[in-house]
Amino acid sequence: MSTQTKIRASRAPKATRAQNQRTSALTIGTSKGWTGGAITALILLALMWVLPILWGVTTSLKSEKDAAGPPLSAPSEGWTLDAYIQVLTKGEIPRWMFNSFFVAVAVTVLTVAISALAAYGFSRTEFRGRKWLFALTIASIMVPGQILIVPLFQQMNSMRLTDTFAGIILPQIVAPMMVFIMKNFFDTIPKELEEAARIDGAGRMRIFMTIIVPLSRPILMAVSIFVFIGAWNNFLWPFIVTNNPDLLTLPVGLATVKNAYGVQYAQSMASAILAALPLMVVFALFQRQIVKGFATSGMGGQ
Amino acid sequence: MNTVLTELAPSAAPPITQKTPAKVRKGSGFWFVVPFLIAFALFLLWPIVSGLWMSLTNQSLTGSGTGFTGLSNYAEALGDAAVWQSLWNTAVFTIATAAPLVVLSFVMAYLVYVGLPGQWLWRMSFFTPYLLPVSVVAALWQWMFQPGFGLINSILTQLGFAEIGFLDQQGVAMFSIVLVTIWWTVGFNFLLYLSALQNIPDHVFEAAQLDGAGPWRRLVSIIVPMVNKTTVMIVMLQILASLKVFEQIYLLTSGGPRGSTRSVLEYIYDVGFSGYRLGYASAISYLFFALIVVVAVVQLRIMNRKEH
Repeated sequence: MSTQTKIRASRAPKATRAQNQRTSALTIGTSKGWTGGAITALILLALMWVLPILWGVTTSLKSEKDAAGPPLSAPSEGWTLDAYIQVLTKGEIPRWMFNSFFVAVAVTVLTVAISALAAYGFSRTEFRGRKWLFALTIASIMVPGQILIVPLFQQMNSMRLTDTFAGIILPQIVAPMMVFIMKNFFDTIPKELEEAARIDGAGRMRIFMTIIVPLSRPILMAVSIFVFIGAWNNFLWPFIVTNNPDLLTLPVGLATVKNAYGVQYAQSMASAILAALPLMVVFALFQRQIVKGFATSGMGGQ
Repeated sequence: MNTVLTELAPSAAPPITQKTPAKVRKGSGFWFVVPFLIAFALFLLWPIVSGLWMSLTNQSLTGSGTGFTGLSNYAEALGDAAVWQSLWNTAVFTIATAAPLVVLSFVMAYLVYVGLPGQWLWRMSFFTPYLLPVSVVAALWQWMFQPGFGLINSILTQLGFAEIGFLDQQGVAMFSIVLVTIWWTVGFNFLLYLSALQNIPDHVFEAAQLDGAGPWRRLVSIIVPMVNKTTVMIVMLQILASLKVFEQIYLLTSGGPRGSTRSVLEYIYDVGFSGYRLGYASAISYLFFALIVVVAVVQLRIMNRKEH
């Protein structure tokens, strides 16, 4: 992976954008037929991607009776926030949302903390076995975590961690990919910056906290957002390790408590929208960092 | 918390007296790695080892039968028609999703790149589904696929076509899952391509225009080759991601109808957590893992050859 080019890209967002606009004008200017076709295709594709979400939103704003009626006709009982009120006051959504939030924040803080420390250790310090341990970490990126659910579940069982928050959180904090991404970034920080602090008598930990962390804020931010999105949306592991309805995270609760609302489609759509909302807000707020982060790391999700 | 510490630390620093950089001992760096290594050993390395051991036993979820059975689980898996079917389904899913997810994401990124102003709007349109939790995606599409008042079927019937059993018709269900997956995940590849396109230097285009290259020519001879590295990476990540499909299948069809959408991970889940046969489920996991390693190695080979 060409981390170098990507980091360069992430450091020059403004130049890239200006450059992109110039190129667009350049490309579009040449052929009207081509431009028209491109715009039409773009609009059609965007509609196909947005319509399902829009339909979910409109359904959630109907009364239950209208929601089960013909999908393309206007609601006979008018638009209403009933479904949302029902879900927020009577359902378990608020509890699941709190669980998800707690789990996602804990996973993010722990993952970023231990990964950043490890990345610093691998990037800037010398100790016996360092290269070997780093190679092992990199190799483990290949292991698809999903195939470990069976032994991991058994292990949690023997540690008596099933049906606990610790059981949901701890197995998610091992992120070799994040260590790799951060180490690559730390490698690019000039060593001279540390020398001065070292002459002042600062220990490694202080150098890490006062020099490395502030300089790495963009990458730490990007990694945090990744980990948060991943943890918030994680389904398989929380689904395997919890039975207690009080501990369910939002994705698991929504999917497994079937018929929690009977066949109340407006309410089930309202729950879905509420579940999606926090990340939409995160995305809207941090769009630039997320896009940058994706570009910088090129890591896989799903 | 970091902010607080960084702001506090300088003022708390002792007056400059020692000028010995040697205060930083050679071995001290190891401690930075320790917290990660503990978690790494506990939650990654140990399950790999214990899973391998488990696959050689007839251990069940109920705790009974933990005896060593040698390679019999592996022998059974190789003769299990359901294993082969799930492998076949996984391969079909991987091919059916990977190709469109690479091509379509490039088309989207290219159109946004050269297209209308308001980039953030297009970016948001294509990327938002990727942010949805899988259960929301499943709920949304189950509702779209409903017979009767589901959006797609009601459009179909109004146009005079017959309803389609998107999720309960053999042969159709896999197609529906592929469709949902493309809709859900294309945004990720799209963003990678978009940032690759935006990194193409301007002077390349100017030169091409001076040479009189039209839009099509520019696309084929300049843009596609220039994002080649990104394409290779996306293809690799996509194939590995598609091989691991589970959640949307579990939520939409649970592997049915008649196992026609059951992927390997779905089968591992069924065997281990519904059928309680942990040992056997582990054995299938390891066979699958071996297969993934082979795929990854082959991909790396091909990629390296392309680069040299």
